Amino acid sequence: MKNLKLSILVVLVLSLLLAACTPATVEDPGTNGEDAPEEVVVGFLYVAPVGNEGFTYSHNLGRLHVEQELGVRTIYQESVPDTAEVENVIANMVDQGANMIFGTSFGFGEYMLNVADQYPDVAFLHCSGYLDAPNMLNYFGRMYEPRFLSGLVAGMKTETNKIGYVAAYEIPEVIRGINAFTLGVQTVNPDAEVHVVWTHTWYDPINEREAALSLIDGGADVIAQHQDTAAPQQAAEERGVFAIGYHSNTADVAPGSFLTAPIWNFRPYYKEQVELFMAGEWTPENVWLGMNDGMVLLAPLSDLAPEGAQELVDEYTAKINSGEYHVFHGPLYNQAGEMVIGEGETLTDEEMLSMNYFVQGVVGRIE
Amino acid sequence: MDSVSFLRAALQAGTPLLFATLGEILTEKAGNLNLGVEGLMLLGAVGGFAAGLATQSALVAIIVAALCGAVGGLLYAVLTVTLQANQVVTGLALTIFGTGVSGYAGRFLMGDIIPSSIRNTFRTIPIPLLSEIPFFGEIVFQQNIFVYCGIALAILMGLYFSKTKQGLNLRTVGENPSAADASGIPVTTYKYIHIIIGSAISALGGAYLSLVSVPAWQENITAGRGWIAVALVIFSMWSPYRAIFGAYLFGGLDIIGFRLQQTGFALSQHLIGMFPYLITILVLVISSIMKRRQYAPTSLGEPYFREDR
Repeated sequence: MKNLKLSILVVLVLSLLLAACTPATVEDPGTNGEDAPEEVVVGFLYVAPVGNEGFTYSHNLGRLHVEQELGVRTIYQESVPDTAEVENVIANMVDQGANMIFGTSFGFGEYMLNVADQYPDVAFLHCSGYLDAPNMLNYFGRMYEPRFLSGLVAGMKTETNKIGYVAAYEIPEVIRGINAFTLGVQTVNPDAEVHVVWTHTWYDPINEREAALSLIDGGADVIAQHQDTAAPQQAAEERGVFAIGYHSNTADVAPGSFLTAPIWNFRPYYKEQVELFMAGEWTPENVWLGMNDGMVLLAPLSDLAPEGAQELVDEYTAKINSGEYHVFHGPLYNQAGEMVIGEGETLTDEEMLSMNYFVQGVVGRIE
Repeated sequence: MDSVSFLRAALQAGTPLLFATLGEILTEKAGNLNLGVEGLMLLGAVGGFAAGLATQSALVAIIVAALCGAVGGLLYAVLTVTLQANQVVTGLALTIFGTGVSGYAGRFLMGDIIPSSIRNTFRTIPIPLLSEIPFFGEIVFQQNIFVYCGIALAILMGLYFSKTKQGLNLRTVGENPSAADASGIPVTTYKYIHIIIGSAISALGGAYLSLVSVPAWQENITAGRGWIAVALVIFSMWSPYRAIFGAYLFGGLDIIGFRLQQTGFALSQHLIGMFPYLITILVLVISSIMKRRQYAPTSLGEPYFREDR
């Protein structure tokens, strides 16, 4: 009998704890939501906590911008898993009046698509995916452009001519970033190599740190990353070498190593889309936006960046924005030295989106 | 691959595991199986980190981390010793509790980094002369203070079990609490003290992760290391000395993949990533075949109720 009571007690305590762990939807009333001509409510689904840096943090800056500039009400939920839970969160947000939904993780796509036809009046915007519907679009940024710029800085900075790159998974997005970075490095320093270590995780500070340390022990003096935490930059700081961040400006997280970072800026796109929706002119148009559109950019160079880097970055920024320079232009050679495209050609969007090979200058393997 | 720098890194990667394992050994020697190591580590990680930020003092950070673990251990002890709740369920609840508390408290710590005064305390401090011994000295005596303390703690714990009266009493409590009780050993007191101290030691393993490994707060920073520690207790057959070896072995397995990738080693990285888990399973299989369970304290997992005799 005593044991039964205890079991019940434990189960009750457990369920209370579980309930406490479930993140609640946070409502954030806009500054002048009541005055808006039409009640537009925008819901944001985040895959991680907002925190002070990283991918989700960048999206949240976009949300705050929309709220401030347009005075619409926004709702957001952090730490939404890439599961059918997405559908529940969306249903909950629609119940609260949301008529625009931004899903900011690749894994949300299929669940957003599942509910898109249930709510035909709701606009669905999916970041980094490939699925669309009459009321759903996908959007992403050409991160390879600022990555190339960060490669220029790294190539100038390295003295050992060995640059480390802590990378998450062997998928085209990551491979494209490594290649663009390497092309940047080799533009200024043809002798430098980019050594890649895979962590097989987007978010695991301890392993990201260990991967960075292994590269530094191997002689790398600049560490770049395609990861969600600043751990590789902090590892570089600890060992007195330099680092290129990613996602958001982390100059104050690793001040002793931070050179610059290719980062996101979702503010202009989010504002534009919500404005279109408020005016009743929103149409689902899939986009892949570059530096020109302001979705991606290079963070300001820190004081540790090499002399002359700013001028070079400015020069290539202007060339890329004017269309005069394409990061993936011919002649382009793969790791084995075979020509991928010849002089005068550039890769098409499809070719970039399905990239599954390393360019010359990368040391590492794709499995 | 530079073997000295690899082994040096393996010791560092193994240190949080060593603390967690030693804490769990102490708890299990009292006859209590605490599956809440993961939660205790997270409590220690978040408590130590917050205290370090607030006070800029490494010592205060460590003390607070240990206290957080001790509070978790006290909760567990009240439930399992006094109320005699199921130890497995209580341990799991403790893990969920630690995950939730650290996740919630951590929201206010996101983005802050540990002040340099603390990071400086945990920098590598080579021990004079000893650190110049080729190979062995270069690996073991060029470490941070946490690594040295881990080794010292393991040795002290081993001596405590084998050479002191209290250690003998503790083992009796774990083996046969009725006999311990009959011979006048205060069973409940022994259980409480060792569960609480053990939990505090486990929590220090978590503090290593948030104070030394990554000087910034990240959610779920332990990433399952608490569970590996539970397996390591069996691997080391409840011996603190063998725990040193086990923890460093698993620390090394944890990071070897990154090093092998750079040597162009042809084995699949996914296979290398499986090593720690494969070896855990192997260890469990081998220890079952060799009846290593006999090394476990006999009363492990069973609540002691005086009237049951």
